[in-house]
Amino acid sequence: MGIPYSYSFRNLWTRRLTTVLTASGMGLVVFVFAATLMLTEGLEKTLVETGSSDNVVLLRKSANSEVQSGVERDQASLLESQPEIAIGADGRPLLAKELVVLINLKKRVGDKPANVIIRGIDAASLKLRPAVRLKEGRMPRPGSAEVVAGESVAQRFKGCGLGETLRFGMRDWRVVGVFDAGATGFSSEIWGDRDQMMQAFRRPVYSSMIFRLRDTGAFDAYKARVEADPRLTVEAKRETQYYLDQSEAMAKFLRILGLVLTVIFSIGAVIGATITMYAAVANRVTEIGTLRALGFQRKSILASFIIEALLLGLCGGILGIFAASFMQLITISTMNWASFSELAFSFTLNFSIVWKSLLFSAVMGFVGGALPALRASRMNIVEALRAT
Amino acid sequence: MPEASAPIVRIRNLSKAYRRGTQVIPVLTDINFDIARGEFVALMGPSGSGKSTLLNLIAGIDSADQGSIQVGDVEITTLGESDLARWRAGSVGFIFQFYNLIPVLTAYENVELPLLLTHLSRRERSEHVEAVLNVVGLADRMDHYPSQLSGGQQQRVAIARAIVTDPEILVADEPTGDLDRASAEEILQLMDRLVREFGKTVIMVTHDPRAAEKAHLIRHLEKGELSVT
Repeated sequence: MGIPYSYSFRNLWTRRLTTVLTASGMGLVVFVFAATLMLTEGLEKTLVETGSSDNVVLLRKSANSEVQSGVERDQASLLESQPEIAIGADGRPLLAKELVVLINLKKRVGDKPANVIIRGIDAASLKLRPAVRLKEGRMPRPGSAEVVAGESVAQRFKGCGLGETLRFGMRDWRVVGVFDAGATGFSSEIWGDRDQMMQAFRRPVYSSMIFRLRDTGAFDAYKARVEADPRLTVEAKRETQYYLDQSEAMAKFLRILGLVLTVIFSIGAVIGATITMYAAVANRVTEIGTLRALGFQRKSILASFIIEALLLGLCGGILGIFAASFMQLITISTMNWASFSELAFSFTLNFSIVWKSLLFSAVMGFVGGALPALRASRMNIVEALRAT
Repeated sequence: MPEASAPIVRIRNLSKAYRRGTQVIPVLTDINFDIARGEFVALMGPSGSGKSTLLNLIAGIDSADQGSIQVGDVEITTLGESDLARWRAGSVGFIFQFYNLIPVLTAYENVELPLLLTHLSRRERSEHVEAVLNVVGLADRMDHYPSQLSGGQQQRVAIARAIVTDPEILVADEPTGDLDRASAEEILQLMDRLVREFGKTVIMVTHDPRAAEKAHLIRHLEKGELSVT
């Protein structure tokens, strides 16, 4: 048995102020680390949860998003009649031909303009997105200049609240309802009758088509057949994959940014931990000499100081995660560079982030404590005892 | 089993020098010295005479340049660092001038420390610790931290720590150097009791002639050489 853990723990407790200050420095780094991961996770979760794996999105080949895509009407008619499409309870195919257009709206706070997605929907659109629920008001009547706004848009943009009027496509559109789409990208969209919108925006073609697979396993064969058909110029993606692709660029950017910030900050925190641990060793030279004289091996001394540094790091980790957990209360909106539209999402904390943050803090503690612990373990017993 | 009269410590031709750059400063020169089992030996001498170095060499925390030191059946000058640490844990009890208790551990935990290096169970350790705290008369203070104890009490806890593994020899470096006269007397009586009742061998470095009087044998060191009193 080595030196008891209580020795390391109580030494940290005895130097409470130094421990708290050093752990706070490390906690700040862990906070940045965890917050970046939470941001990336929130973005991915929002975009991925927007899709359903049973749904297939059809876009023009090489279009990265619905905004860039166009599906000709004749191609749409061909695609509509494929056997893989599921049939709804009403006997009609669970397929929607949709129009997606970007418009510029002013935010309620700050009056700054931002892009918002307008989606022209079909009768089946709502059935294909079970996450979307009407929260207030009613759905737009077919053939009318009425729209429903996603909750996030209704809150943040002028003219998008229930009963308000929006002007786009040279027409006025009345907001007759607000829908809740949970933590999905649809919350940042405005939906209305597709045919009315195609007229208003002078669009002769659909942007995309979406349908539910009759058998989810049939996707690969369907994709291969449709993409090889010389009459068609579309690409099929599972809806989940489509949204994951959309989040990829932004998530990668956030990850790199977070990593760079974290690495720079962590150098400072590690130096802080090293100074604290060197001071701890310097204050306990006689103790180290005594423990060695009593028969404790060098490796026991090394382990004891490493454990102390790890505990210090973990204290920082817990502080950082605790502070970062409050970030979940914040919803932020930013430009989704794949669709050029505004997307609202929240910081999302999960077990994996907690685990990674604690591991990161322990690594910082270990790196900071390694040299001082090595110094402690290499002390000459007689010289250490003379330091009394 | 060694005979009762056989020396527990046999030192032969022991030399030690310190090096400062190119300068060699001899500390101990050709020391030959036996200590009988159950003896209370005082090492005296002026500062820098090498008495603490001799004590450190016997205790296995310093290494000799030349010569041999046999403690019991073990020739300690041939042991490697790890073996020497294991030997110290089981065979030597240390008593320091400034007690050297670990401030963040209670009296009980300080005394238990050397037992953590044995294979004893928690219950067995507890029995040993309570027994030695009873011997030094501090069983009622076992939950106190060193800062809550007087100097004399701290030294008694240190003595309990030194004897808890039942070592062959006890080495004490100025054990009364930091104590008032009354506390010093208590400590010396306790050490004397350890020799008489428990048969321990005590080797003590001291400047204090009153402390040395308690010893059975006083050895003087002067400029690295021994003389008998």
